[in-house]
Amino acid sequence: MTGTVINIDRVVKRFGTFTALHEVSLDIAENEFFTLLGPSGCGKTTLLRCIAGFEPVSGGQIRLHGEDIAPLPPFKRPVNTVFQHYALFPHMTVLENVMFGLQRLGWSVVDAEGRAKQALELVHLSQFLKRRPGQLSGGQQQRVALARALAPEPKVLLLDEPLSALDLKLRQAVRMELKQIQRETGIAFVFVTHDQEEALTMSDRIAVMSDGHVQQIGAPREIYEAPANRFVADFIGETNLIEVPVLGISDGMAEVSLPGGGTLRCPTPLSRAVGQGILSLRPERIDLCPASEADLTVIATDQVYLGTDIQLKAQLEGGQEMTIRLQNAEATRLPERGTQVGLRLEAGAARLLSA
Amino acid sequence: MAAMAPGGASSSEIYKGNASRLLLPTWVVIGVFLLVPVALMATYSFLTKEFRGGVIWEFSLAAYDQFFLDRGLFGDEPPKIEWTYITIFWRSIWQAGLATILCLLIGFPTAWFIATRDARMRTVWLLVVTVPYWVNLLIRTVSMKFLIRDEGPLNAMLLWSGLIDQPLGLINTNLAVQLGLFYSYLPFMVLPIYAAVERYDFALSEAAADLYAGRWTTLRLVILPVVKPGIIAGCILVFVPSLGAFLAPDLLGGAKSFMIGSLIEEQFKGAAGNWPFGAAAAMILMTIVMIVLLVYARSQTREAKA
Repeated sequence: MTGTVINIDRVVKRFGTFTALHEVSLDIAENEFFTLLGPSGCGKTTLLRCIAGFEPVSGGQIRLHGEDIAPLPPFKRPVNTVFQHYALFPHMTVLENVMFGLQRLGWSVVDAEGRAKQALELVHLSQFLKRRPGQLSGGQQQRVALARALAPEPKVLLLDEPLSALDLKLRQAVRMELKQIQRETGIAFVFVTHDQEEALTMSDRIAVMSDGHVQQIGAPREIYEAPANRFVADFIGETNLIEVPVLGISDGMAEVSLPGGGTLRCPTPLSRAVGQGILSLRPERIDLCPASEADLTVIATDQVYLGTDIQLKAQLEGGQEMTIRLQNAEATRLPERGTQVGLRLEAGAARLLSA
Repeated sequence: MAAMAPGGASSSEIYKGNASRLLLPTWVVIGVFLLVPVALMATYSFLTKEFRGGVIWEFSLAAYDQFFLDRGLFGDEPPKIEWTYITIFWRSIWQAGLATILCLLIGFPTAWFIATRDARMRTVWLLVVTVPYWVNLLIRTVSMKFLIRDEGPLNAMLLWSGLIDQPLGLINTNLAVQLGLFYSYLPFMVLPIYAAVERYDFALSEAAADLYAGRWTTLRLVILPVVKPGIIAGCILVFVPSLGAFLAPDLLGGAKSFMIGSLIEEQFKGAAGNWPFGAAAAMILMTIVMIVLLVYARSQTREAKA
């Protein structure tokens, strides 16, 4: 990995008696598409606003290339923000909006105009220079906001759920484009979202947050396949969480006993044995099999047709519900409701987490 | 969304069809209470005066002649420009202009302060600003007179505190009229600006700060232009009634503070009045106001096109 652009060091943010960020620490590398992911109220936007300077931190340091910027007002920080609802200046044209930051930095009108036009070209909006934001569609406004924030070539670009106001089709198209612009410009992006699909598709690395804590930082694949805890496993993708007795743990592998007898060896982030653990089973890595070869036996209760997939609902011994995702192939044979089904856990299906 | 569009369009069609009928009450009110009186006044300004007030139905330009031209005491000298009334008008315009600026300087921060409180406190502050307006303007102006006169509490307090050793002599000055106008019309400045600031999206200020603009630059380049409609509305709402005000100049100002409103009022009051002349002065005042508003409207449409 290349050098660190932003080093967030034990940042605390309190609003009155409520603590929004509990000693959050993380590093953002140059050139990186870094995502802060979490449910609403997890502190991701607060952290972004602390980096931008809109919220003073209650403790800790935010270093930009080693220099603490936490005491600086926002207009002295070489970072720019794409706001959730764009916050374009309604009384200015598209071009004037994009020139705004450059002119504040002391650029001449001619130079600022040249750079602004480049930035607008980057987001494919060169034909609307003289329009006002009110005359543009949501997607176009979003591009203006992006061009405006990119024009001064910030060290870091902060994006606060910039896609949430777009409709689904547009959102998917813009995702790839954002990622491409990030690669082209080489500017580190810090992207805030609650949408895990967005995070997984665009990010180099993701920080999963909840309740003001960073739960896990890692590449999308790592976060999905090796969640550090129950929250991450549950928040990213679908999973079945089953409470199981733990027989032993060594070298990152755990031995657990499954409902209905039988034992299973699976990876775990835990280092020492615990009495009870939570077994996370990814529904798409479970397959049907004859009862004789099964890791787990369940009773089929219901099925949901999803098009590409078919979701099978089943009941474990002991009554717990679980979900299995089967590919909707022609050969797929679905069990009758109420019949016993054998399940085979494929590699990477199971992971033991602390209860 | 797409599926809802036709429904929305057809319902707006329904409202369009009703528009003329829905506007009927408005037209009646405007007609009866605005157009008819103005037409009446315009007519009166071209009639001959009756000495005990009222008019004789005989066409005459005497009122306008009296306003603009000086033909000597007996009316037999060659006409010169009559400066008396033009001076009164000019004084009124700058008094009203000054009052507007004063209201803006105090009103904008006030409106900003109120609009940035939380919702409950906003209501309280708005109430505080508007409560004085539940009292009749005459009573408020008279009270102002009592407050600022030489023997009044303001001077008494300043004398007692030792800040001054003789009364300020505020009463019967242009400054007193200013104070009166300012106090009379301040809410008309505060309320429209408040409405504009309340709608202001503070993310715009954050965006400006994010793009390297300091506080004053943000105020100048983002906040003021965005809330400008509220400021303009406030200025018009203060300037226009200030221009025609007669209570404040009458009660607080001296002979040197005589304003259009008092001039017009005098023409319709008592036996010394001159209705056609009063009507002519009112027409001229209205023309000035209309010109100001039209020039403003023009500049706005030009700006919107640019």
